[in-house]
Amino acid sequence: MSATMSNTGAAHAASHDHGHHDKTGTVIFGFWIFLMSDLIAFSLMIANYADAEWHGIANGPSPHELFSLGLPTIETMALLISTFTFGICTLGMKYGASMKRTVGWLVVTLALGAIFLGIELYEFHEFWTEGNTPQVSGFLTAYYSLVGLHGLHVTSGIIWGILLMVQMKTFGMNDLIKSRLVRLGLFWHMLDIVWIALFTKVYLMGVL
Amino acid sequence: MSILGSLDWNDIFIVPFFTDPSLSTGIAAGAGGIVVLGALAVMVLLTVKGWWKPLWSNWITTLDHKKIGVIYIVLALIMLIRGVLEAVVMRAQQVSPAPGFLSVEHHAELFSTHGTIMIFFVAMPFLTGVINVVMPLQIGARDMEFPFMNAVSLWLSIGGAALVMASLVVGHFETGGWTAYPPYTGIKLSPNEGVDYWIWSLGLTSVGSTLSGINFLVTIYKQRAPGMKLFDMSIFAWATLCTAILMIFAMMPLTVASLMLALDRQAGFHFFTATQGGNMMNFANMFWLFGHPEVYILILPAFGVFSEVIPTFSGKKIYGYTSLVWATIAIAVLSFTVWVHHFFTMGQTAHLNAIFGIATMTIGVPTGVKVFNWMLTMWRGKLRFSTAMLFSTGFIFTFVIGGITGVMLANPTIDFATHNSLFLVAHFHNMLIPGLLFGMFAAVNYWFPLCFGFRLDEKWGRRSFWLWMIGFYGAFMPLYAIGLMGAPRRMAFFTEPAYFPWLVIAMLGALCVLAGLTAQIIQVWVSVKNRESLMVPAGDPWDGRGIEWSLGCPVPEYDFSTIPAMTSREPWVDAKEAGKRVMDPTEFVDIHLPKPTGMPFLVGLVATLFAFAMIFQMWLIAAVGFVAMWVLVLIRSYDTDWEETVTAEELREGYEAHKRLVETTPQIRLDDEFTTKNRGLIMETQV
Repeated sequence: MSATMSNTGAAHAASHDHGHHDKTGTVIFGFWIFLMSDLIAFSLMIANYADAEWHGIANGPSPHELFSLGLPTIETMALLISTFTFGICTLGMKYGASMKRTVGWLVVTLALGAIFLGIELYEFHEFWTEGNTPQVSGFLTAYYSLVGLHGLHVTSGIIWGILLMVQMKTFGMNDLIKSRLVRLGLFWHMLDIVWIALFTKVYLMGVL
Repeated sequence: MSILGSLDWNDIFIVPFFTDPSLSTGIAAGAGGIVVLGALAVMVLLTVKGWWKPLWSNWITTLDHKKIGVIYIVLALIMLIRGVLEAVVMRAQQVSPAPGFLSVEHHAELFSTHGTIMIFFVAMPFLTGVINVVMPLQIGARDMEFPFMNAVSLWLSIGGAALVMASLVVGHFETGGWTAYPPYTGIKLSPNEGVDYWIWSLGLTSVGSTLSGINFLVTIYKQRAPGMKLFDMSIFAWATLCTAILMIFAMMPLTVASLMLALDRQAGFHFFTATQGGNMMNFANMFWLFGHPEVYILILPAFGVFSEVIPTFSGKKIYGYTSLVWATIAIAVLSFTVWVHHFFTMGQTAHLNAIFGIATMTIGVPTGVKVFNWMLTMWRGKLRFSTAMLFSTGFIFTFVIGGITGVMLANPTIDFATHNSLFLVAHFHNMLIPGLLFGMFAAVNYWFPLCFGFRLDEKWGRRSFWLWMIGFYGAFMPLYAIGLMGAPRRMAFFTEPAYFPWLVIAMLGALCVLAGLTAQIIQVWVSVKNRESLMVPAGDPWDGRGIEWSLGCPVPEYDFSTIPAMTSREPWVDAKEAGKRVMDPTEFVDIHLPKPTGMPFLVGLVATLFAFAMIFQMWLIAAVGFVAMWVLVLIRSYDTDWEETVTAEELREGYEAHKRLVETTPQIRLDDEFTTKNRGLIMETQV
């Protein structure tokens, strides 16, 4: 809901010239708060997973039997690199890079996100066809939900990025668009950090 | 499966009455009929009076924080009427000869909807509404930081409430209480749509509350008047800040737990099932990770209200400002450390119970600090017992009793004997009726003129207070007694004769509460009728202390003509002591206010459609609704012309007009406060 900004009130009245600066800062601050709330959802899912990977195996496979590190490592690399490329994208924007360049790095970022997502879906598909569906056990329920929740976030990040590129064409690189790009960046980096926790907890500790 | 999912004719409210006529199905059909007829009556009224258009342009599309607040409060009051009526029906059920006139399922639906409605659709909208109206005015802001998102929160909450109302007409609500513990609420034991109603109505409103929390927090951090430090804020603003933080962190566990339950039910997942590795304790933990902070989300704003009302009507500044603020912060932090006390008996070790028991008792300390702050504020003050003040003093007295039973329940060994009994039910009603409802009633009586320009009728207000107070004691003290005698909660009927006299008293108490609510409706009616004589156009009808009282009543849409200079914690009191009758203006500048838009209403409407479709498994409609919701947001993101300008000249005119009005309003004495002489601005200020 990026269109919720307003610059009513004191900050604006106090310094009219810097009104837009304040507005952007405030919206980004609000988005940080939203991310904190979103992190609670991930924390709960991880806690639930930590319980289910021991006590929820029932008649299904254990994490040790299910996971290997190969694909998840490639997946992880794709996402880590995407966070780096997004960094280049927003830093470039800050130092006045051309729109073409900004869009270019955003495309690279989203493509890496899509690769990540593709591998994740491939892996889900593999497990699924082996009969290891979420309906089999508490552990598999927790696995699909936790990793899937992250995947849904990445998906919405990609859709958001594509829509934002369309808006860049429409509006040009104005303050509003820059602010939206910075917020997408925060979202994307948060997903990367969450993924590091997921990779460690689910795959690394699951295999070891 | 058809496009209408699991919906069929038997779900329509009057059909069960014809297929299985009984008093129980008759009451259900009657309740559904009231909803349908009520909706029709409102529509007819709107059409006859030609109010559709003003309703749309002045209220539904508004982004003004005060109007949004008023809509929240209206929602809360409508739902309160339903909640109280349900309570009365349940009390009547328990005094009629066993097995009573309600079926066991119907009684279970009643206590489930009663709890769900009272927490999520009375308490939450009520406090959110009061915060919306008051907080920006107290920090010298002109609106919430995100007015559009504010309206989206509102319409999501209304959507949730509409779904609970719809469950009277279409299908059933759940029977597992407001906490809806699985595995009972799993698909095997609760196969109908009831639990899904609970999940999706809460889903809408919990997202709304999370967004509200973000809005309140950012507004307080970023929109305070220049010079206002955090420790210059009113206690109510502090309470709002702490509540906002709780909302941001605590609503998510509810959202997550209820969506997991939805996946268990509809997709065959095993989060909480009793077989195949599900763990229902995860639900209990997550629910109360939300549920306990929620208790303080409910209570802190009311604490804030009392901290405003008591100084005003004692003619003194609040005693121990700093200790009161730190007590509020301490309560907010501790609220995350006690959730296990909601299920001491569900299997964890005695050591763990002991830790959570001690943590729970610790909360009594900062709360006790607050009680002393309020009492010492009244000490040697010149007390004036307005309706708001009556509710505040009634609160202190009653809340302490509830607090004492709370400390008793915090002891796990006592809890083992009293859990799931009516003693517990009496305890939490003893906390929430004074600790939430009385606070909100005080807030409405106190701040009403800010929104509407006239005071509420004091005579009916005082009557409503006494009826609520007596009704509360009548309805709940007996439950303490029979709870200790062993009466379990949530029973459709009792066969123990020793309970009967107590249940009769409780029934009479419930009727007294109903009379109190009726008195409040009469109070509003009488006040609207006599509004000319109750007008306080000069503002500040109670010799108030906060800067919200420096404004004329009703407050103009832009709130402040100039942002007040915060020279101290109570600049309005300083100004009055210096003999001024208006605050000195700072600098008149052009300001921007958000334009009205119907988009938040549409987002709420489509989200409600989505949720309804999810309840009845109409997957296609649900998908369309979900996509449509985001398309609306996308359309809004293309709208860059969302503000309109109020010029400095208009603001100056507003200020001059207010000043002229104030100067021509005769000064009155404090003793005439509740008479028609009060046209605002009482000038007798004590220290």
